[in-house]
Amino acid sequence: MTETLTDANANPVGRPLRRKEDARLLHGQTNWTDNIQLPGTLHMAILRSPMAHARITNLDVTPALKRPHVVAAFTAKDLGDLNGSVPCVWPVTDDIQMPGFPALAVDKVRHVGDCVAVVLATDKYAAADALDAIEVDYEPLPAVIDMEAAIKQGSTAVHDAADGSHGTNVCYEFPLKPQGDGAFDAAVKAAGDDVVVVKRRFINQRVIAGYMEPRAVVASPMGMSNEMTIWSATQIPHVLRVLLALVTGLPENSLRVIAPDVGGGFGGKLQLYREEILAVQIARHLGRPVKWTETRSEDMVASHHGRDQIQDIEIASTKDGQIIGLKVDLIANMGAYLQIITPGIPLLGMFMYPAIYKMPAYEFNCVGVFTNTTPTDAIRGAGRPEATYAIERIMDELAAELDMDPMQLREKNWITHEEFPYTTVAGLTYDTGNYEAATAKAMDLFGYDALRAEQEQRRASGDPVQLGIGISTFTEMCGLAPSRTLGALKYVAGGWEHCTIRALPTGKIELITGTSPHGQGHETAWSQIAASILGVPVDDIEVVHSDTGRAPYGMDTYGSRSLAVGGQAIKKAAERLVEKAKVIAAHQLECSVDDLEFIQGAFRVKGDPAKSQPLAAVAFEAFTAHNLPDGVEPTLQAEATVDPDDFSYPHGTHLCAIEVDTETGKSKIRSYVAVDDVGIQVNPLIVEGQVHGGLACGIGQALYEGVEYDSDGNLLTASFADYLIPSAADLPSFTTDRTVTPSSTNPLGTKGVGEAGAIASPPAIINAIVDALRPMGVTDVKMPATPENVWRAIQAGQGGAQ
Amino acid sequence: MIPIAFDYVRPGTVDEAISALAAAGEDGKVISGGQSLMPVLRLRMAAPTTLVDIGSIAEMKGITDGGDHLVVGANATHYEVMNDALVKQHAPLLAQAAGTVADPAIRHRGTFGGSLAHADPAGDLPTVALALDATMVAKGPNGTREIAAKDFFVDYFTSALEPEEILVAVKVPKLGDGWSTHYEKFNRTAQAWATVGVAAAVKRQNGTITEARVALTNMGPSPVRASSVEAALAGAAATTDAIAAAAANAADGTRPTSDLHASAEFREHLAKVLTKRAVAQAAGV
Repeated sequence: MTETLTDANANPVGRPLRRKEDARLLHGQTNWTDNIQLPGTLHMAILRSPMAHARITNLDVTPALKRPHVVAAFTAKDLGDLNGSVPCVWPVTDDIQMPGFPALAVDKVRHVGDCVAVVLATDKYAAADALDAIEVDYEPLPAVIDMEAAIKQGSTAVHDAADGSHGTNVCYEFPLKPQGDGAFDAAVKAAGDDVVVVKRRFINQRVIAGYMEPRAVVASPMGMSNEMTIWSATQIPHVLRVLLALVTGLPENSLRVIAPDVGGGFGGKLQLYREEILAVQIARHLGRPVKWTETRSEDMVASHHGRDQIQDIEIASTKDGQIIGLKVDLIANMGAYLQIITPGIPLLGMFMYPAIYKMPAYEFNCVGVFTNTTPTDAIRGAGRPEATYAIERIMDELAAELDMDPMQLREKNWITHEEFPYTTVAGLTYDTGNYEAATAKAMDLFGYDALRAEQEQRRASGDPVQLGIGISTFTEMCGLAPSRTLGALKYVAGGWEHCTIRALPTGKIELITGTSPHGQGHETAWSQIAASILGVPVDDIEVVHSDTGRAPYGMDTYGSRSLAVGGQAIKKAAERLVEKAKVIAAHQLECSVDDLEFIQGAFRVKGDPAKSQPLAAVAFEAFTAHNLPDGVEPTLQAEATVDPDDFSYPHGTHLCAIEVDTETGKSKIRSYVAVDDVGIQVNPLIVEGQVHGGLACGIGQALYEGVEYDSDGNLLTASFADYLIPSAADLPSFTTDRTVTPSSTNPLGTKGVGEAGAIASPPAIINAIVDALRPMGVTDVKMPATPENVWRAIQAGQGGAQ
Repeated sequence: MIPIAFDYVRPGTVDEAISALAAAGEDGKVISGGQSLMPVLRLRMAAPTTLVDIGSIAEMKGITDGGDHLVVGANATHYEVMNDALVKQHAPLLAQAAGTVADPAIRHRGTFGGSLAHADPAGDLPTVALALDATMVAKGPNGTREIAAKDFFVDYFTSALEPEEILVAVKVPKLGDGWSTHYEKFNRTAQAWATVGVAAAVKRQNGTITEARVALTNMGPSPVRASSVEAALAGAAATTDAIAAAAANAADGTRPTSDLHASAEFREHLAKVLTKRAVAQAAGV
């Protein structure tokens, strides 16, 4: 699979080049935020609430000040106006309840891990030790943990109403209720007797991001002139700069945000965290650098969680399996506060429930609920894994009800490749796709018929190990996003991306991107795109990113947007650079611009190959500016800021065979085939890695992971001993392949791949387990499908069958 | 995840270590491989004022032949135990179980003695020690004493060691002819602790099980022998049905806990299934 590019004529786009980043990363030549050591740094430690809901009746930090090496300690009251509030930039409805989210809790704490006070010391250990000296008393209040109980009349309120009266835990309600033919009930009624309705409740459990590098921030007021420099383990340095300026009141043009090497994000670092606000405000207040690196225990309680939805889903079809309608009722857990895009996450899913299927009716409703739990927000897939899980699970349930093969049911209802572009009942226009091709390839690799035969045999012989087959024919929307669309959804930002490319006097290329990689391999892939246009070696391109000082414009990395949107900016900037270079080259070669062709990094006079000028020579000429044509400015650089025309829609067919030990409930993945269509692949090796990682993430949710609270709001899964993440030893060797249906919404034909595996795989896994156990009366298994959950489903199924 | 400050000493002999422990008083704690203790310290679930690091004490290393038993130094790592020729020959159950402990990194640092002294009910090796009737050799200010495995594991994370005593070696009896063994571990991920584990040793003669030893992991505050299974197996035919019938008693007398990985009820169910499998595997049926 791996190859090194030697053929100078070869287009680097499409080559499985090894990542430029890896030698440095693997040799530890890295610069994590926690590695940054500045003279005079104060280490911040945070006193966190041990209670889910309580009034703070006494709080005194002065004893901590007497501890060795302690320089300062603050409560919310001490900080006053400096105690910023975490903003939410996605008010999804006009009447959404948006309570304040103070960095340090004021009067009340609302989840275990809420920040109560901070200590600053010259030594990290001393800061941690001094937390013990803080005097704090709490008056416990009833904790609101269960979502359905939270929205009942008379429930304890997580937040008071704006006027101070007893509040409601409903953050917002977002209905999509079409009238007439598009209404679910009307569609069912119109079908008369020829209708089958299947209704299920699925629980999409709460998960954590689980990145390797914990969150960290260093805020230094010791920059040039008035500059405050902030290093943060973040996915969004550019967005962070804007938000920090808005929250702190510091002039945006005095803030420089750097995301140095960042060890994974998975959405968990798509955030403005309260700890970042505290570090900046206290650094500003004390005039010294402030550093905070969280422990894993802090991460578990205070970094945002994801998913956590109750999904009531109803599907109706004719008796021969033609879908006539879908109805989705969600209850989505916001947690205790709204982080930057918390309310919008379930609504990203709203668009995806109809998935790849044609249907005339679709209704959706979502109630966002406050509880005394860690806030939720985006985690890999953000709303789309939840939607994909529900629709792909209920397709299997409908197939069982109809006594149809689940793949046949899908084939009967999906959009065929001739029907693109296709506008779905949810209002999205899918540009391209070929579900038939991806499925055919996956079925071929999987050996569907042979596995079905083995399944029959095991059923007949009463084998304690049963075999199940799970299907997930998924699609997703990525490439967030057209700015106008985001505006229409009340999202307070755009979705454009920027690139500047500089041809330096020495012939090297500097590519400045607004994307912010944290493991994705942008340095390699972006070099490949630019090299394919500029005709220079991939290694001659240096990608500059994640520093608002060096790469001032960008919208960062999340939602599988970097290639789909950022790639367009690279292409356009590179083409503009060639355009400008051509004018200079024509002047140098004393010919007309029209007489030049640009081949393999050199301008050649058509019909006279001896007369040519390499790009590097043009760049040097632009630098010296000794002999530029009239009206041409010195330096050779070009930039582009691109707003995407639309989302892109990767899709694929994932097939999974699972052996379920019916005596112990343990599930073992026997084979997993993933055929993804992510459009044109810039680097298939990186695509492969993204698919593998996504699968591990999704399989983790399906089989292992799940945040658990007790009824008092204590986080039970507070360490990796209790919150289980699969390792390579727990996962099978994946069989992966691709079909290539280029996207037509961007000139590179690319889609996105970062989230695909995480979105596609949970229903494939659970469908396989349920398929194995259906003869035992099992129609659902709760995620994560732990041995005990599977065992209990078998017990309940057999009990029901008696 | 930052431990409380502590003093650290690294004695070179067992006697020096005992003196250091005595000097440390109540809040002294022995550390060897540190694979169990370090997380406890980082989570501030324990706050010893002095750590006595016995990791470099040469006399506690190595595995030797003691005639009818093996002497396994408490400092032998899991990796050494699982790969040792003597252990593989005379106590294959121990070699097999040591190979299921956590992951390779931990097996290279964690020690046999540390695992026993830690007395984690979810630990695999205490169960094996109990099944094999191993004897613990402990040394303290008053000299050396031997403690049978059945008396050594007292309660959750509590062994029979006195505060100033150090577990220096473990005597593991050789099983002898006719015996075969199996450790059946059930966990949720490859590196996780046992949800339930079963150590089985079976002596077979002409299609009959003449003697059996079965011990259970994580079915109570300490590893426990499944006595009623052992009794039912003695003299039973080495058949699937007879083994299944005996294994149905596996949860008798156990006191499993409920936690995030399994309820007590499910553990009791697992104990029966896994005992059946462990005994069948050991008996070769």
